[in-house]
Amino acid sequence: MRNLFALLAGALFGAGLFISGMTDTTKVQGWLDVFGVWDPTLAFVMGGAIIPMFFAWRLTERRKPVLGGDFPTPPEPKIGKNLIVGSVMFGIGWGMAGLCPGPAMASLSYGGIGGWVFFAAMVAGMILAVPVKKRVFAAA
Amino acid sequence: MIEQDWIYGFVGGLLIGLGGAVYLLVNGRIMGASGILGGLIDGSGMRTFWERVSFIAGVVLMPVLLYPLFKNVDTHVTSNLLVLVIAGLFVGVGTRLANGCTSGHGVCGISRLSLRGISATVFYIMAGGLTIALLRHAWGLI
Repeated sequence: MRNLFALLAGALFGAGLFISGMTDTTKVQGWLDVFGVWDPTLAFVMGGAIIPMFFAWRLTERRKPVLGGDFPTPPEPKIGKNLIVGSVMFGIGWGMAGLCPGPAMASLSYGGIGGWVFFAAMVAGMILAVPVKKRVFAAA
Repeated sequence: MIEQDWIYGFVGGLLIGLGGAVYLLVNGRIMGASGILGGLIDGSGMRTFWERVSFIAGVVLMPVLLYPLFKNVDTHVTSNLLVLVIAGLFVGVGTRLANGCTSGHGVCGISRLSLRGISATVFYIMAGGLTIALLRHAWGLI
């Protein structure tokens, strides 16, 4: 059951990324390009996505997930070095290629070799993140 | 055409949010693309292996079904392999350090009014905007 609903959630996510145009790197880079021809589409996507999620979070109050277990606990409000350095690094890569992890996966079937190169490098980065997290941030 | 893009964007956004709502309310998990994939890559999420694989299968396969229904779909991704490799590495390391990307921190975090999610989103959008400004307009590299 869990896998079935995970598949459904993934299918909705994938369909949304595809229909919204977020797998098109020119639209993502267009949103970030405030000094060029600015493309506001991403704001509409974000707005659209936040509406159902906002109500979903309200529904989690005093309840349990349908398939059992617990809802994720609220994260500690601390803004750590990991969050800042990581987000800045992510933003640099996102701006360079116009792809983030979701759309990179959603466009694997039609994004050509370039999409696979990005995906492979991203996977390598995720492996690399483990020692980086340990070495660089353990001392801090 | 641009106005139409907004409508597609908004409708697509609603679907993304619905996916997140299903994953949260039914499975009790936060729909973050980098976390779901990253947990498989570094082995930290092996306890929920099939749940993660099922989610990713949905993300990858749905566009295969939709692709024939739409015209002129293209990622317009750069053919510059060096840019793709560097960008991919940055996205991979960055999202795992920050524990989230556009879906986890952006969609799920902002809708929860989470200070961490909102801060992360501000940082990656500013970094992305600055990257485009420098690489495209100042240095003419991309």
